[in-house]
Amino acid sequence: MIRTLRRLAPPLVLVALGLVAWQWYVTAADVRPQVLPSPLRVVEQGWAFRDQIWANTVPTLQVTAVGFTVSLVLGWALAIAVDFSPWLRRALVPLFVASQTLPIVAIAPLLIIWFGFGLLPKVVVIALVTFFPVTVGLVEGFAATDRQATNLLRSMGASRWEQFRYVRLPGALPRFFTSLRIGITYAVTGAIFAEYVGATAGLGIFMSVQRNSFRTDLVLAAVVVTALVSVALFALTYLVERLVVPWRPREVRHG
Amino acid sequence: MGEGKLVLDGLRKAFPGLPVLDGVAFDVAPGEFVSLIGPSGCGKSTLFDVVAGLETPDAGRVLVDGEDTTGRVDPFAYMPQRDLLFPWRTVLDNTTLGLEVAGMSRRAARERARPLFAPFGLAGFEKARPQELSGGMRQRAALLRTVVQDRAVLLLDEPFGALDSLTRTDMQTWLEGVRAHYGWTVLLITHDIREAVFLSDRVVVLAPRPTSVVREVAVDLPRPRTVEMITSARFAAVEEELLAALRGGRAP
Ligand SMILES: Nc1ncnc2c1ncn2[C@@H]1O[C@H](COP(=O)(O)OP(=O)(O)OP(=O)(O)O)[C@@H](O)[C@H]1O
Ligand SMILES: [Mg+2]
Repeated sequence: MIRTLRRLAPPLVLVALGLVAWQWYVTAADVRPQVLPSPLRVVEQGWAFRDQIWANTVPTLQVTAVGFTVSLVLGWALAIAVDFSPWLRRALVPLFVASQTLPIVAIAPLLIIWFGFGLLPKVVVIALVTFFPVTVGLVEGFAATDRQATNLLRSMGASRWEQFRYVRLPGALPRFFTSLRIGITYAVTGAIFAEYVGATAGLGIFMSVQRNSFRTDLVLAAVVVTALVSVALFALTYLVERLVVPWRPREVRHG
Repeated sequence: MGEGKLVLDGLRKAFPGLPVLDGVAFDVAPGEFVSLIGPSGCGKSTLFDVVAGLETPDAGRVLVDGEDTTGRVDPFAYMPQRDLLFPWRTVLDNTTLGLEVAGMSRRAARERARPLFAPFGLAGFEKARPQELSGGMRQRAALLRTVVQDRAVLLLDEPFGALDSLTRTDMQTWLEGVRAHYGWTVLLITHDIREAVFLSDRVVVLAPRPTSVVREVAVDLPRPRTVEMITSARFAAVEEELLAALRGGRAP
C-alpha cells in the first residue's frame, strides 16, 4: 500500500504543479473561459453538470465493454487458429498488420453510413483499434514457447492440443496481459472517437455538442472523466492478472 | 523395471547442410547405467532427440527389447538439458505432468508422485512453486518428473550441468543411491568425465561432429560407488583412458 502510494506520488506531484501553473496563468492573463477555462472552473462546472456527464459516461462504458469483449473473443479465436495452422499464420498475420494501416478517421464515418447510429459501428471501430495488440500479443506469446519445452511435452506423448494446453497457453499469459493493457486504453479512446463521429449518447457526442456551444470547460470535464475511466480499467487489468497469472515475476521495484 | 535393453543401430542424422550423426551404434543392457561423453556440439543432444523419437533419423534404428521403436516416444523418459519446470504449476504438479499427459487423472498422478518426494529430498515442497527451489532441488524435481513416468529407459541430458561443483557432487552421490534402489536403465549425457566414471557401468566416447562412437570403456569399480573411490588408482586409470579417447577422437 505504502509502496503503491510512493509510486503514485511523482506523477501526482507533476500533475498538481501543472494545474497550479495553469490556474495561475488563466487568472493572471485573464483568459476567456471559452478559450481556456481554469482547472477550478472545469471542476466546478463538471460537478454542476455531473448528472448529464454520468448519463453520457454509462453508454460509453457499455460500448467500450461490448467492443472490447468482441475484440477479445475475436483475438483469442484468431490467435489460436493461427497457432494451430501454419497456413493460416502465413495468410492472416500480414492482414492483421494491414488492418492497422486503415485510416480510422476516414472509415468511421462510412461505418455510420453503413450501420447507422446504433451499437454496431462503434463496436467495429473499437474492435478494429484493439484487436491488433491483443491478437499479436497472443500469437507471439504462443510462438515464444521454448523448443525444449515443446520437446519435453512431445517426449511425454502430448498431442498438439495438449502441448497448447499445458505449455503454450499458460506461457503466453504474461504477454497477453501486457497487450491487454495496451488494448484497453485504445478501447476507451476508440469508443469516444466513434461517438464523436456519430451517436445519440456518450462522452464523445457530449464533447462534440459542448464544443459546438463553446463550453470548453465541459469538454475538458468530459476529458477528465475519460482519463479516469481509462486509468481505472488499466488498473483493473493488474487486478485480474494477479488472479489469473499469480506466478508472474514481480516487476522490478524502484526505491 | 529391469526390462529395457536398448540398441542403437547405425543412427544417421543430418540437418540441412550439417551432418551430425554418422552411424552411431551401441547397446545399453537392462538396468545398466551408460554415460555419453563427447566434444561440445558433437551431436549428443541430437542423438537423444533421435533416440527419444523427437527427430527422425535419416538411417538406422532404435530397438528396445528387440522391438523396432524408431520414432516412438513411449519407451523413453527424457530429461532435457534445462530443468523446464513450469512456474504456473506447483512442484508436485510439475512432477505429474507426464502422467497427466498419459491420461492419468490428476489425483491418481499425484498419489503416484507423492511417495517419491522423500527419497528425492523434496518432502514438504509439494505445494511450493519451482521458483522457490534451490538449483539442486530443481534438478531433483525434474528427475522425479522423468522417472515417475515409468518408462523403460531414462535419457538424461546433462542433468547437473548447471549446478555448482559442491551441489553437483551431492547430486551424484544421491543419484548413485536412488539408482541402485530403483534399478533404472539410464543413458546420461555429461561433460564431466569424473561424473561419468563415478556413475556409470560403461562410458561411450563420441567423436567430434559428424559423430560416431570412438570408444566404449567399462568402469569396473564396485557398487555402490563412494566418494573415496574418486581418489583410487583404478578410478584415475579409467579417467585417463577416457581423456585419451577424447583427445584421440579429435579431428587431426
Ligand atoms: N534443429 C536443428 N536444426 C539445425 N541444426 C541443429 C539443430 N539442432 C542442433 N543442430 C546443430 O547440430 C549440432 C549438434 O548439436 P547438439 O545440440 O546435438 O550438440 P551437443 O553435443 O548436445 O552440444 P552441447 O555439448 O553444447 O550440449 C550443432 O552444431 C547444432 O547447431
Ligand atoms: Mg547438448
